[in-house]
Amino acid sequence: MTLLISPIAIPLLTATLCLLLRDSRAAMRVVSLLGTFALAYAGALLYLNVETAGPISAQMGGWDGPFGITLVADLLSATLVMLTGLVGLFVVIFGYSDLTFGEERNGHMVFAQVLLAGVCGAFLAGDLFNLYVWFEVMLIASFGLLVVGGKSIQIDGAVKYVGLNLIATTAMLAGIGLIYGASGGLNLAHLHQLLDGRSGEPAVLMAAALLLFAFATKSAMFPLFFWLPAAYHTPSHTTSTLFAALLTKVGVYTLLRVFTLVFDLQHPLIQSLLWVSGVLTLAVGVFGAIHEVQARRVLAFLVMVSIGIMTLGMAAGDVAALKGTLLYLMQTLIVTAALFMAVGCVAYLSGTERLDEMGGLWRSHPVVGGLFVLVMLGVAGIPPTSGFWPKVVLIDAFASEQHWGLVIAVALGSLGTLYAVMRLFSAAFWQEPKAPLPGLMLDFNRAAPMTALAVLVVGLGVSAEFLIQVADSASASLMDPKLYVERVLGARE
Amino acid sequence: MDILLTLVTGVLVAGASYLMMAGTLVRFLLGLVLISNAVNLIIFVSGRLTYAGPPLIDSASKTVAEGAANSLPQALILTAIVIGFGLFAFTLALSLRAYSQLGTDAADEMREAEPEDRT
Repeated sequence: MTLLISPIAIPLLTATLCLLLRDSRAAMRVVSLLGTFALAYAGALLYLNVETAGPISAQMGGWDGPFGITLVADLLSATLVMLTGLVGLFVVIFGYSDLTFGEERNGHMVFAQVLLAGVCGAFLAGDLFNLYVWFEVMLIASFGLLVVGGKSIQIDGAVKYVGLNLIATTAMLAGIGLIYGASGGLNLAHLHQLLDGRSGEPAVLMAAALLLFAFATKSAMFPLFFWLPAAYHTPSHTTSTLFAALLTKVGVYTLLRVFTLVFDLQHPLIQSLLWVSGVLTLAVGVFGAIHEVQARRVLAFLVMVSIGIMTLGMAAGDVAALKGTLLYLMQTLIVTAALFMAVGCVAYLSGTERLDEMGGLWRSHPVVGGLFVLVMLGVAGIPPTSGFWPKVVLIDAFASEQHWGLVIAVALGSLGTLYAVMRLFSAAFWQEPKAPLPGLMLDFNRAAPMTALAVLVVGLGVSAEFLIQVADSASASLMDPKLYVERVLGARE
Repeated sequence: MDILLTLVTGVLVAGASYLMMAGTLVRFLLGLVLISNAVNLIIFVSGRLTYAGPPLIDSASKTVAEGAANSLPQALILTAIVIGFGLFAFTLALSLRAYSQLGTDAADEMREAEPEDRT
């Protein structure tokens, strides 16, 4: 019980403390560091517990499932909570140097903690309406983070982000209403039983379509991605890193969870939608990343590439492809954070984010360049980094089911990604700078988390068994959620 | 009654879509209010409209009496209204700030974050 509540309660408590201590910058920093450390620790404990004992669940408010508010952690959600805590910790440290006084004073740290609570809540939610509430918590915190700087560009980005995301949550709520009307239940495990064999009914398909729309918007799939490249490059690097690492991944996670447990991922209608959307997301991501001249907009499109690859994994929909998707999901959380942080460092050192104005960093900062190369290899999926294995697993899964189109799409996508990150690298490090560099050095708060993440990117590639084993058993339990359902509803008997 | 409410929902969604696609922030906001009410009606109808007693639990028992109304949709709608109101308040403030800072309330004319001219 405590294990399941603490990943949500700790960040909420930290947020409250930060709000109370907002007059003292130092106190806020210490509290948010300690709070995020505690979150990472709680996530690790949760992971260790779930890994040995299988899925755990708890009913809030004294009502037994399926009527109570269920929190449930299986291997997938526990691992994601742990990774969220880890990324949160690095982002908090990075923010010490990256955030301006105004942003800290206006409550960046409060919103960041609420965001972490929302993300962990969405990972642990055991019923659809609770999931909706955590999505809203996440959403309102991300609104705050976007506008906390108050610049015109941020307000502009926020308008589009807010508008499109509100449409998505409205659709989600409508879908939840319809699914309740069709089945009389909201608990995910209960819905699994109620809707068993009913996945083709019009009412159920309608609800599935609305939820697919909502989750696809959250994860920035084609054609619902427009909020992402409009907003991700506008806030501080700290906020961009947090968003890019976590938000779209929550969309993918919920899509996977709801469409394996409640709906049928292998329904031909859903499959063909995901197929088309995945290929187009991948294409838009690659072309956007190659076309853009602003470093973080390149990255925003690279996030879409990763979403496209995961969508294709879901479109194939068999156990092996889901294993690859989950593996990709877990490692891309770390890789994306590393990439955004590395570009944050590069932008700080070059004093600009435009690719045509950057340059010459290789001579003055070879170590940063070396770390950037590692991260870059991770994004493109080249050994020895963690990005390599999920692509091997995915391509192997596609090839064994003779989905040659998907194999080609993933291969071309990887090639395009490699080109985009090389373009980024050569612009920042090799080209002659237009103006002399500001001559800055990286401080500890920026260098340490970036180095740690780059080492993680390589470490998770060299000792890949850890994540592969998690993905293996998590994908098996996604396809056959008997134990999950038993642990949620069986708590009664 | 179900049919009537369904029709009302349809009209609300149609009006909301029209307003939201008009391209200015104020109309988008008004559309948002309409569509969230439409969604509340969807949840309401999903819970089945029945003539029933109030869903009260007397102190002796733990569950509602036989023949009481379904109280879950009401709880869901209440939560949705509260959340929707908060989001609406934020969006209203954001629109005002966008209008005063960017000098326009037409979404197409907001090109700070995504300039048309890249050079």
